[in-house]
Amino acid sequence: MTLSGSNIKAVVCTDVCKSYEKVPALRNISFTVEQGEIFGVIGPDGAGKSTLFRVLTTLLLADSGTASVEGMNVVKGYKEIRKNVGYMPGRFSLYQDLTVEENLKIFATLFHTTIEENYYLIKDIYSQIEPFKTRRAGALSGGMKQKLALSCALIHKPSILFLDEPTTGIDPVSRKELWEMLRKLKSQGITIVVSTPYMDEASLCDRIALIRDGEFMKIDTPKGIISGFRKELWAVRGSNMSALIGHLREVDGVVTCFAFGDNHHITVDNTILTKEILRSRLEEKGHNEIIIEKIEAGIEDCFMELANR
Amino acid sequence: MRQFLVFVQKEFYHIFRDRWTTLILLVLPIVMIILFGFGITTEIRNTKFAVYDPSRDIATQGIVNKLETSEYFSLDRYVTSPNEIEPLFRDGEIGFVVVLGENFYENLLHTGNAKIQLIADGTDPNTASTLTSYATILLSSYQQELTGTAGGTIPYQIKTEVRLLYNPSLKSAYNIVPGIMGMILMLICALMTSVSIAREKELGTMELLLVSPMKPILIILSKLVPYFTISIINYITILLLSVFVLKVPIAGSLVLLSALSLLFIFVSLSIGILISSLVEKQIVALLISGMILMMPAVFLSGLMFPIESMPVVLQWISHILPVKWFIIAVRNVMIKGLGFSSIIREVLILTGMAAVIITLSLKKFKYRLE
Repeated sequence: MTLSGSNIKAVVCTDVCKSYEKVPALRNISFTVEQGEIFGVIGPDGAGKSTLFRVLTTLLLADSGTASVEGMNVVKGYKEIRKNVGYMPGRFSLYQDLTVEENLKIFATLFHTTIEENYYLIKDIYSQIEPFKTRRAGALSGGMKQKLALSCALIHKPSILFLDEPTTGIDPVSRKELWEMLRKLKSQGITIVVSTPYMDEASLCDRIALIRDGEFMKIDTPKGIISGFRKELWAVRGSNMSALIGHLREVDGVVTCFAFGDNHHITVDNTILTKEILRSRLEEKGHNEIIIEKIEAGIEDCFMELANR
Repeated sequence: MRQFLVFVQKEFYHIFRDRWTTLILLVLPIVMIILFGFGITTEIRNTKFAVYDPSRDIATQGIVNKLETSEYFSLDRYVTSPNEIEPLFRDGEIGFVVVLGENFYENLLHTGNAKIQLIADGTDPNTASTLTSYATILLSSYQQELTGTAGGTIPYQIKTEVRLLYNPSLKSAYNIVPGIMGMILMLICALMTSVSIAREKELGTMELLLVSPMKPILIILSKLVPYFTISIINYITILLLSVFVLKVPIAGSLVLLSALSLLFIFVSLSIGILISSLVEKQIVALLISGMILMMPAVFLSGLMFPIESMPVVLQWISHILPVKWFIIAVRNVMIKGLGFSSIIREVLILTGMAAVIITLSLKKFKYRLE
C-alpha cells in the first residue's frame, strides 16, 4: 500500500480553516509532511493543535481547504485513512477499567490484527510496561499510560502516526524515553506528526511548524528557524527578578523582554544600547548582582519574536 | 466477527468491574419487585378497628365477628361513647370505626332500617376508601347470611355487590408487576445503553474507536448485546419472583408475553441509542433518560395513578410513552390471560415507535466528532 520511499507525500494540507461557532481554531493552514520524517507542531495550549490533528485523522471536517493523508482525501477517503493511521489523542483515552493487556488486545482486534503479529513493532515500548500487564490502565503512572497509549496506536503497524501532545503531563525521564522511541519508529520508516507545547522538544523533530492562534507562523527545520532569528539577544539576571522585568521594559533600546526560567531574555537595539549602559540603568533602579550575557536564540525566543510581529 | 465478540466481551468487563453498575443491573430489579410487591402496598391486612355499639345484640355481635374473623381487620376495642372516636384517629392507631345504631337487631327485623356508619381517616383518601369498601363488602355478605338464616321474615333488601375482576382479592402486586417490568426494562435498556455510549464519548475512547476500520454501527451493536442479555435475565427474574414470591400467576401465554417483552426491549434499546447520539456527556444521558423517560414512565404510565383521572394534557403525553402501551399489553396477557387479538393495537404502536426511533438514531449517528 503506502510505503515510505514512494513519492506520495505523507500529509498535504492546503488552506485549511476551521471555526467552532464563530471562534476560529485554524486559519489557512498549509503544509506538507514528507514520508518518514518527524514533523512537530509546536505551540501553546489553545493554539489549534488538537483541531488540526482531528481534521487530519478524519474526525472533524474542515470548513474550507483540503487535506490528504497518504494521498487520500480526508473527506472522501476517510475510511481508507482510518485503516492506515495510528492516532494518539491529547487526552489519555484508553479504558481505565481494563488491564494493560486487555487494552492492547482490544486495539489489536479493532484493526484485525493480534498482539503477537506485530509485537516486534511495540517491543521496545511495551516491554517496559509488560510487567504490569494485569494492572488496570487507570492505575498506571502518567508516563506508563502514554507508553501504553503509544503501543495501542502502533499495534496495527500504521504507516503514519499522529501523536497529539504525547509528552504533556509526564516526567522528564519518560519524556526523554518517549522521544527515543519516536526516533526508533522513524528509523523503521514510520512518518510521525507530533504536537507539543514544549519548545525544548522542537530540536528533536526533523521539521517543525510554530502554531499560534490557529495560524502557522513558520515551517522549517529547527536549525532553519533559529538561524532566521537575527536580533541581538541578551540574558539578564539580578537579585530581584520580578522587579527586574518591569524595569527592563522601561529602558530605551530594549525591544522585547520575557521571563525564561532563571533569566529574562531581552532583544535589544544595539545601536543605542550596550551592556554597560543597561547595567548602569538597572543599578540606578536599585538592582544588584546583575549578570548580562549575549546568548544564542532558542526555539522559544524565535516563537516569541514571531508572535510579536 | 472476532472483532465483534471481543468488543462484546469488553462491554461485559465494563459492567462487571464496576460494582455499582453490576448491582444496579442485577440486584435493583429484585429489590424493586420486593419493595413494591410487599412494602409499598395498598393491600389491607390486619387493620385495627374500633366499635361503638350501644345495642349489643346478636346482629351487632355478628357484624363485629364477621369483620374480625376476616384477614383484613382486627378488633382493637369497644368505645363507650361517640366522643371517644376522634381521639382514636388522632393517635393514628386504628383504621376505621364502626358506629352501630341503637336497637340494631330490632330495627333490622321490624323496620328494615338499621343503621351502620363507617368512619375512616380522610387525610389518606386512598387507604380510607379501600378500607371502607372492604368493610362494606363484609357487611353485605353478613347481611346475606342473615337473610338466609332468618328466612322470609326480613323484607326484600337491595344488596350492594362489588365484584373485582381479575384481582378478586385486590392484591396490588397484580397492578405492580407489569409496571415494574416496564420500568426495569426501560431503565436497563435505554438508560444504561445511553450512558455507556456517552461514556465512550466523554472519556475520548470513541475518538480512538472511530479512527479504525471498525464500522461505527458494529461498535454500537456490540454495546447493545450485553444490555440485551441482562434485560432477558431480568425479565426472567421478574417473572419468577412474581409467580413464586408475589403469587401473581401468568394467566396468558408465556410465549406471547415473552415476544411482547422482546419487542419492548428492542424499543428501549433504540431509545438508548437515540439519546446517546444526541448527547456527549454521561450525566446528560443520565438526566435525559431519568427525567424524560423514567419519571413520566412512573407517573404517566398508570403504574401509580390511573391514567383516566389525570388532566387531559397529561393523558396525551402519556400516549407517546412506549412503557404505557407495554404495561397495558402485559396486563392483558399476563393478568387477564387474553390472547394476541387483545394487544394488536399495543403491538402495532410499539412496532411503529421502534421503526421511527431506529430511523432517527441511524440518521443522527455521527461517524465523526461533530
